Amino acid sequence: MKVNKVFDEVTCEHRRLLSDYLRHDRGLTGTHVGCEHGVCGCCTVLFDGKPVRSCLILAWQGVGHEITTIEGIAPPGGPLHPVQQAFHECHALQCGFCTPGFVMAVIGLLKQYPNPTDEQIEEGIAGNLCRCTGYASIRRAVRRAAELSAK
Amino acid sequence: MTTRWFGERVQRAEDDRLLRGKGRFTDDIDDGALESVLVRSPYAHARIRSIDVSAARNLDGVVAVYTAQDLPFGGTDLPILIPHPNLTHGRTQKCLASERVRYAGEAVAFVVAETRAIAEDAAELVEVDYDQLPVVITPEVAARAEHLVHDDVPGNVAAEMTQEKGDVEAALKAAPRRKHLRFRYERGAASPMEGRAVWSRWSSEERKLTVYDSTQSPTSIRGGLAVLFGLPESQVDVIAPDVGGGFGPKIMLFYPDELLVPYAAMQLGRPVKWTEDRQEHFTAVNQERGQVHEVEVGFDDEGRVLALDDDFIHDGGAYTPYGIILPIITAGQLPGPYRVPNYRVRFRDVYTNATPTSPYRGAGRPHACFVMERTLDAIAAELGLDRAEVRRRNLIQPDEFPYDVGVGWQDGNTVIYDSGDYPKLLETAIATLGPKPAGDRVGMGLGMYVEGTGVGPYEGAHVQVLVSGKVVAATGIPSQGQAHATVWAQVVADELGVDVRDVEITSGDTRRFPWGVGTFASRGAVTAGNAMHVAARMVAEKAKKIAADHLEADAADLELAGGAVRVKGSPQRGIPLAAVAVLSNPVRYAFGGGTEVATQFTPKARPGPPLADGEEPGLEATGYFSPAGSAWASGCHAAWLRVDPTTFRLEILKYVVVHDCGKVINPLVVEGQIEGGVAQGIGGAFYERLAYDPDGQLRNASFMEFLMPYATEIPRIEIEHIETPSPLNPLGVKGVGEAGVIPVGAVIASGIEDALGIAINEMPLSPLKLYELSTSASTSTSTR
Amino acid sequence: MKPAQFEYHYALNVERACELLASLEDAKVLAGGQSLMPLLNFRLARPAHLVDINPMGHHVARIYERDGGVAVQALARQAEVEDSELVARVCPLLSAAVRLVAHRVIRNRGTVCGSLAHADPASELPAVLLALGGHVIARSARGDRQIEAGDFFRGVFETALAPDELLLEAWFPAFSGKFAVLEESRRHGDFALAGVVRADDRLALFGVAPTPVLADPEDPARGLEPSGDLEATPEFRLHLVGVLARKAMSA
Repeated sequence: MKVNKVFDEVTCEHRRLLSDYLRHDRGLTGTHVGCEHGVCGCCTVLFDGKPVRSCLILAWQGVGHEITTIEGIAPPGGPLHPVQQAFHECHALQCGFCTPGFVMAVIGLLKQYPNPTDEQIEEGIAGNLCRCTGYASIRRAVRRAAELSAK
Repeated sequence: MTTRWFGERVQRAEDDRLLRGKGRFTDDIDDGALESVLVRSPYAHARIRSIDVSAARNLDGVVAVYTAQDLPFGGTDLPILIPHPNLTHGRTQKCLASERVRYAGEAVAFVVAETRAIAEDAAELVEVDYDQLPVVITPEVAARAEHLVHDDVPGNVAAEMTQEKGDVEAALKAAPRRKHLRFRYERGAASPMEGRAVWSRWSSEERKLTVYDSTQSPTSIRGGLAVLFGLPESQVDVIAPDVGGGFGPKIMLFYPDELLVPYAAMQLGRPVKWTEDRQEHFTAVNQERGQVHEVEVGFDDEGRVLALDDDFIHDGGAYTPYGIILPIITAGQLPGPYRVPNYRVRFRDVYTNATPTSPYRGAGRPHACFVMERTLDAIAAELGLDRAEVRRRNLIQPDEFPYDVGVGWQDGNTVIYDSGDYPKLLETAIATLGPKPAGDRVGMGLGMYVEGTGVGPYEGAHVQVLVSGKVVAATGIPSQGQAHATVWAQVVADELGVDVRDVEITSGDTRRFPWGVGTFASRGAVTAGNAMHVAARMVAEKAKKIAADHLEADAADLELAGGAVRVKGSPQRGIPLAAVAVLSNPVRYAFGGGTEVATQFTPKARPGPPLADGEEPGLEATGYFSPAGSAWASGCHAAWLRVDPTTFRLEILKYVVVHDCGKVINPLVVEGQIEGGVAQGIGGAFYERLAYDPDGQLRNASFMEFLMPYATEIPRIEIEHIETPSPLNPLGVKGVGEAGVIPVGAVIASGIEDALGIAINEMPLSPLKLYELSTSASTSTSTR
Repeated sequence: MKPAQFEYHYALNVERACELLASLEDAKVLAGGQSLMPLLNFRLARPAHLVDINPMGHHVARIYERDGGVAVQALARQAEVEDSELVARVCPLLSAAVRLVAHRVIRNRGTVCGSLAHADPASELPAVLLALGGHVIARSARGDRQIEAGDFFRGVFETALAPDELLLEAWFPAFSGKFAVLEESRRHGDFALAGVVRADDRLALFGVAPTPVLADPEDPARGLEPSGDLEATPEFRLHLVGVLARKAMSA
């Protein structure tokens, strides 16, 4: 399985979830596990470029596919990805646990709608739970991310 | 020019790491740790006949299985965190139950295995023979005491307390008008996005226990573990790393896993980790809010409250590990910002066969606020008065501070409001809310609250200027997202005259700061914030003293600014702080930093030893802050909302928050706290509830059925700040962590009542509930 | 919340999938997994075997025009159906309905055929198939079988699929008439407390019976005996059916 452009073999148990594989077998602990039933969105990663829940996919299902996690969207030490940068500027994270999932979902949203309407933003982030921010700052961040991405 | 960071919208220092996926949450820590699972009781009340773990122990990949009899502390009752004389029948659970379970989710056995999946397989093989007992669910059923949760607790009453100010009987008798009201608030859950987790390692070589714990109080965990395992505290390190939200339940200690994981790590000689899953979080983690109130209010024809008599039952759950702080807060805060000349409050904290309770954001206040605000709305309705006007007539005025409410507070003193401007809150909220939007079934919601924040006893901080000129500072309390690393840096940077980016904060790590209490009760900014201020000021004084010797100036003429100590009025005469740090140590090191600069300054010759009496090496200091009393934050929320009369869907058209948390350190952070708090309030008012059936089974233990709001359910929130500084701490701050959530239930109820014209006396609501209330209201109207 | 042990099989083509389903006891097809995986994680479902059909990839992921309607194959993701211009042109009702299924991130993985095979009574797509009078094609080693919507849904999470059959394709007839898909759910994206699909004068209900049902637009609640749960009593469901049906028919 290719994760963040790095290939490695999958040798884990068949029942291992992709989320656990990424976190514990690949050490990519930025993908968080919040509910393991697909509701919270903390574990969202890009699967062949599209955001999906990694807790609802088996690790083995990733074989032959390309996975991108939060660690793979900006060069280490380099500038933040526009979506990350927007989250920072807009105070769109507090505890930071849901944040990687939101960032991955927003990347998907902006790919679909580079200039999202308010309604598209609302729908685009509506599959992720955040218990800290009340979402106001996340909405602002999505708008800001669209601006930054356009630059 | 001196830059002041206090009050600025400084962007957060902690973001970069978290945004890159480089945060460090407890479950992120591995180091070859074994994984574990708790076997939990499926029944709410049962006698345990036997536990057979042999099949589980024999499963491949299982390393150990523990029951109570395997633990040296297996027979010990877990501690009562905050004892109280009125808690006459306090009861706590054992780490692992072996005779009796009193809530579904109570831990019975602990399985350690190579992976969590194997541990779960093994947990299914643990055979527990239960003898089911009658279940007590809901405060009303508990108070009837047809069955007992604890055989030796008569009436299921853990604690009873009555307090009175004035003469309520007489005042009620004399009141021109009286009203009896009944209010009910159901349990809710904090549900942080990260569940709880504990990781531990024992080093037999160093005789050192290291524990990572998603706790809100690492210092207390450390103290308890040291005693339990007979180790000096210096041999126990407890670290709360990044914590994915707390909101109260993570302040509870000890949860069984907090003992079992370190114990197993010591026994097995390998790191052990336990990470809670979402399903068990619903029953294993403390909950809150269940209360039933009976209110008798006496008032005059102008709507002024003359007497208030409240008798309430608090659903304590199966045990009272946290004491009775919740009903005490409810009792103390019920009168809110209003003058209640005669006030009597009695409560009973009762046992039920449900998960124990301890504070969840708001901690006793949302229900208190709901009761008072609903009572005022009822008075307004009865008198045909405007609801804001009734509040106006009852508010405590700005010249009445300090104001003694006359009943007891959680710190043992009475409730004394230190400062505030309640009329201004109300008027600003009404003005900001603006006129009623067009449309059918639109109602106005209104709610005011006070919040005693920043309770003691104390917090401390250590601040040090490094020879690089950078500043490191640490406090004992951990962060669960409150931006401690940013706001403490602002406080410290101001005192030391450095750039906020040059201050690095560590919090919640006993290796860096071993003393402290915890992050809860909206106390971080008040206690640790002021401790940072105190310690930084001590460092500043020390820096001036050292610099004075070298600049041949009077310390009183010096200031810290621009990263240097310099003479006021002649900024070119100064020493970089880095150099002062070097000079602070009579032994010099050769490497870089301020060393070279420091060589330019020859210390003035002085008699006596190089380190004089009372002097300490290093440009550092440890300071503490212990508040004399709570700093009382306050606020007013107002909303326009609409209920669809056919589907009973709720639409919040406009939501306004006016709040006063004293001096604001960082508006960005304060607004975030409020927005998040309101969202949790809306969740708790209209979406979330913990639905226990009469058998004590939680019927909605998943995010599919426990309906935490998504973005689509939360409206935009308009926030106005009012600042009345607290006179009780040097920074003039008040806490803000819980403020957002407190009045939301009251506001939503008030608005829905206004929109639909049906009485709302309970929380939470839902379309189903509104449908039923509307149907029964129209039925009873038609039969009248 | 880790799945119990199971044997994992991956099928590179339909023949292999059918072979596996025919030979294995207690096997479950894993397509999008957006309903099955939570059940596995909760250990509420613990099949002995999982037959993963995802490796078949694009061979069975087509959305194409057939017999005056649109056919959606087993691995066509809900998001692809949502974005499909063909679907928007031939059967805009389906485009509208699929948008109500959970959230985009779920739809990126979840499949239309999976929703139908899962047969959750509160789910939108089975009612759409029923309202439009579509059908599914079930494939097994024994051959293909066309099952009409009206015969397919048998009960709560129960369909007419035999254990050895794979739901290969769903077919939705072209429809350009008046339509509405309305539902009441607690939160955006949640399963419906009650929902209606209108296609001209045909009305299908979901969330109010063990399967989607066709109803009389004049008296939609007649004969219904919905179940109750935490968020809706039977009475409230009947009330909502009336409200939604009225709205849908006047849309």
